[in-house]
Amino acid sequence: MQVTMTVNGEEVTKEIEGRLLLVHFIRDHLGLTGTHWGCDTSNCGTCVVLMDDEPVKSCTVLAAMAGGRQVRTVEGLEVDGVLDPVQEGFMQCHGLQCGFCTPGMMLTARALLDDNPDPTEHEIREAISGQICRCTGYSTIVRSVQWAANAESESPVTVGGAS
Amino acid sequence: MTVTDNPVASFHDNDQHPVGFGRMLRKEDPRLIRGKGNFVDDVQLPGMLHLAILRSPYAHAKILGIDVSAAQAHPNVVAVITGADLAEQGLAWMPTLSNDVQAVLATDKVRFQHQEVAFVVAEDRYSARDALELIVVDYEPIDPVMDVRKALEPDAPVIRDDLDGKTDNHCFDWETGDAAATDAAFAKADVVVTEDIVYPRVHPAPMETCGAVANVDQISGQLTLWCTSQAPHAHRTVYALVAGLPEHKIRVIAPDIGGGFGNKVPIYPGYVCAIVASLVIGKPVKWMEDRTENLVSTGFARDYVMRGEIAATSDGKILAVRTNVLADHGAFNGTAAPVKYPAGFFGVFTGSYDLEAAYCNMTAVYTNKAPGGVAYACSFRITEAVYLVERIVDCLAHELDMDPAELRIKNFIQPDQFPYTTKTGWVYDSGNYEPAMRKAMDMIGYDELRREQAEKRERGELMGIGIAFFTEAVGAGPRKDMDILGLGMADGCELRMHPTGKGVLRLSVKTQGQGHETTFAQIVSEELGIPPEDLEVVHGDTDNTPFGLGTYGSRSTPVSGAAAALVARKVRDKAQIIASGMLEVSVADLEWMKGSFQVKGDPEKSVTIQDIAMKAHGAGDLPEGVEGGLEAQICYNPENLTYPFGAYICVVDIDPGTAHVTVRRFVAVDDCGTQINPMIIEGQVHGGLTDGVGMALMEIIEFDELGNCLGGSFMDYLIPTALEVPDWETGHTVTPSPHHPIGAKGIGESATVGSPPAVVNAVIDALKPFGVRHADMPLTPSRVWETMQGNHTPPI
Ligand code: FES
Ligand code: FES
Repeated sequence: MQVTMTVNGEEVTKEIEGRLLLVHFIRDHLGLTGTHWGCDTSNCGTCVVLMDDEPVKSCTVLAAMAGGRQVRTVEGLEVDGVLDPVQEGFMQCHGLQCGFCTPGMMLTARALLDDNPDPTEHEIREAISGQICRCTGYSTIVRSVQWAANAESESPVTVGGAS
Repeated sequence: MTVTDNPVASFHDNDQHPVGFGRMLRKEDPRLIRGKGNFVDDVQLPGMLHLAILRSPYAHAKILGIDVSAAQAHPNVVAVITGADLAEQGLAWMPTLSNDVQAVLATDKVRFQHQEVAFVVAEDRYSARDALELIVVDYEPIDPVMDVRKALEPDAPVIRDDLDGKTDNHCFDWETGDAAATDAAFAKADVVVTEDIVYPRVHPAPMETCGAVANVDQISGQLTLWCTSQAPHAHRTVYALVAGLPEHKIRVIAPDIGGGFGNKVPIYPGYVCAIVASLVIGKPVKWMEDRTENLVSTGFARDYVMRGEIAATSDGKILAVRTNVLADHGAFNGTAAPVKYPAGFFGVFTGSYDLEAAYCNMTAVYTNKAPGGVAYACSFRITEAVYLVERIVDCLAHELDMDPAELRIKNFIQPDQFPYTTKTGWVYDSGNYEPAMRKAMDMIGYDELRREQAEKRERGELMGIGIAFFTEAVGAGPRKDMDILGLGMADGCELRMHPTGKGVLRLSVKTQGQGHETTFAQIVSEELGIPPEDLEVVHGDTDNTPFGLGTYGSRSTPVSGAAAALVARKVRDKAQIIASGMLEVSVADLEWMKGSFQVKGDPEKSVTIQDIAMKAHGAGDLPEGVEGGLEAQICYNPENLTYPFGAYICVVDIDPGTAHVTVRRFVAVDDCGTQINPMIIEGQVHGGLTDGVGMALMEIIEFDELGNCLGGSFMDYLIPTALEVPDWETGHTVTPSPHHPIGAKGIGESATVGSPPAVVNAVIDALKPFGVRHADMPLTPSRVWETMQGNHTPPI
């Protein structure tokens, strides 16, 4: 079957198998390998992307279901050479170690801050609670998101923005 | 300092750009936060095929026959290979890291559930999986041996009948310490406490599963293997020895790795299958396991059934510790540990205490479980040792009705006793334990918490405070004692300075998230006084790095970190000779000013390391006997292990109605000697503390009596999320290692080692009103509830 969707602002059309998972569509068919895969049971969240600005586990969405939607992956966070404050926050606060969970964590954080620019620590923890990080112990991820929230409140220009 | 060539530099604050040690943002982050890392599954080669492995549904069964015809007929399938096919090439078995053998694909029988039986190579990922369904295997089930306590019973089915003359499931016996002296110490003790303590099987479960891409060039015979390996050089040598491939025709590349924690130390059948497939088919082949395969078949950790005994005087002077251990090694002994240490470094079970005697005897057995044994940031079994001693010391505090902090402080090895030789023969290099303990107590407000707890107990609320104090032994290790499969545990390092004073540093170790590209640049930066940004760190590629045994057991900083410092000093020594020629003074008249050589007493006359690098490569004469260029190579053989330590205090609350444990606070004071990058150290500690909460409260790989693995997905194998852990509170003391060139000791596994007993001790402390002295991990609500009812049952 044929599917058409917008990925990081660009429309793509591909011939796919009906059963193809969105995560494999993004990784193997589009070559956007920043989106990762880490489990068989929708538990880890390394595959999180934004679909119409909502975080979804792309291992649990068929590529066909994303037809006509706006998909944003980690590769779409940086816009015109400017990093998203969330990306900068993760660097500044050591929010990543191996970096495998990081794309998913950052996209969830992006969606959270778009929704709630000044989240509490608990709100941040809740937002990322469907995702696992095996390296950081989460405190530095929380700080990274807080860093981004502060940066955005100090210069309320939308950096990046929805694609 | 100026940084001009790094586009990311503009995001960094100046205070995060130290020359040498200090907080510095990571050099690996710019690619990872952009999704531009390169993990094994990201490797795409033209014409690449996909490999999937068929696994056994039985834990123990004879293979009577395999029919692959339907799978072979699948239109997208290129090849289907069974154990019999591999046996024809002599490749059905491979050595494990403990000199045992393990089946690549089962030939005679399967010995654990999910053991590798056959593989399919297909045009795409999905077809490879589809074709697995088409393979028909005829099994004849055999009773599995799942209970470690029954493995040595005379009528137990023999698992390893592949081994000549094997008539039982015995794996090895091991002992350490002095049995007679320990008996004598126990005989004179006022108090003896005995407790059965289980450290259940757990799994490192890195977020990236294991996998490989093998590409054999049909003409040159060159094998390139992209692989999730923590030890690329060791892997290459093993492939050379096993497959008979010439070592110089093998290039192992460990690209970005999504966490390792020991899971990516062993060589797995899947890697070998990918190599064989590429050899046979002549195309690149990718194998990536799924999460279930990772949890059920790759390197597990722990699985120790221990009896701990402690002897003390009535006023709390600990005399001796004795332990008997039954170790479950699964179906093949795949333990990754130095050869002379079949129980890893479990011998440090004497902990941080000055004892009169200690003794351990251990029996290891085979069972019908997946192989492995040393993984999950365990520092070669120190996790088990620390858990045993820190639990049993708490049991003693319980019996003596003594404060557990006070009991520990009373028995600490004193600063003037270092270097301290333990009763099991380990030479602790340096330590100053009491200040670390006091610091943790101050940070958490220990006395105030005890007051709060007393009040809460009055009201029937369950609050617990748990302490653990650990000493680790890391940085394996001195080559006179330590090797893996005959390969000495020394590590190489090479530093090459370019004419403009920038450099490239090549390491034998490999990061899986620990930040080697940053910290190793900082080590050389500290030694040469050049900005870390001016140094490129190359690692994880056997063609481009010197030989060494890789990253595990917290050995990178203790071994390779030392190598990096020494190789930089070698470069500096040569630079000094060149500088003497440039300044026309003798070498002895020069003073090193961290970045330049200056004529003693004449600050006007100096040359920078960058000037010297240019001179080394430039025109004009160099001093007599000095070759051009500025580079050095070293292979560092550590003199001793290093012994980091730490004091951990955990506060929990237990809901008396549901028995649910909440970790309210956790203070960790670590001493890893000299700190290179405190930000990275803090991160390493945070990760390990989270592991500890996981193991203490939720993680376990269990089996039913038929041998079915019950922890085969993230639905069943529970890992803490952000909601199950507190905001970590960390502190440190600094007691440098006397024998390490920069005094660093290693930090990668400290928190994973030290935190489980702190959490468990806190839970047990909360349950004191119920008269509870011990309960086993994982302390799930159901186990805590049963314990509250007086019905504690061990997990195995
Ligand atoms: S891959 Fe684990 S939730 Fe999607
Ligand atoms: S940074 Fe490694 S899993 Fe999160």
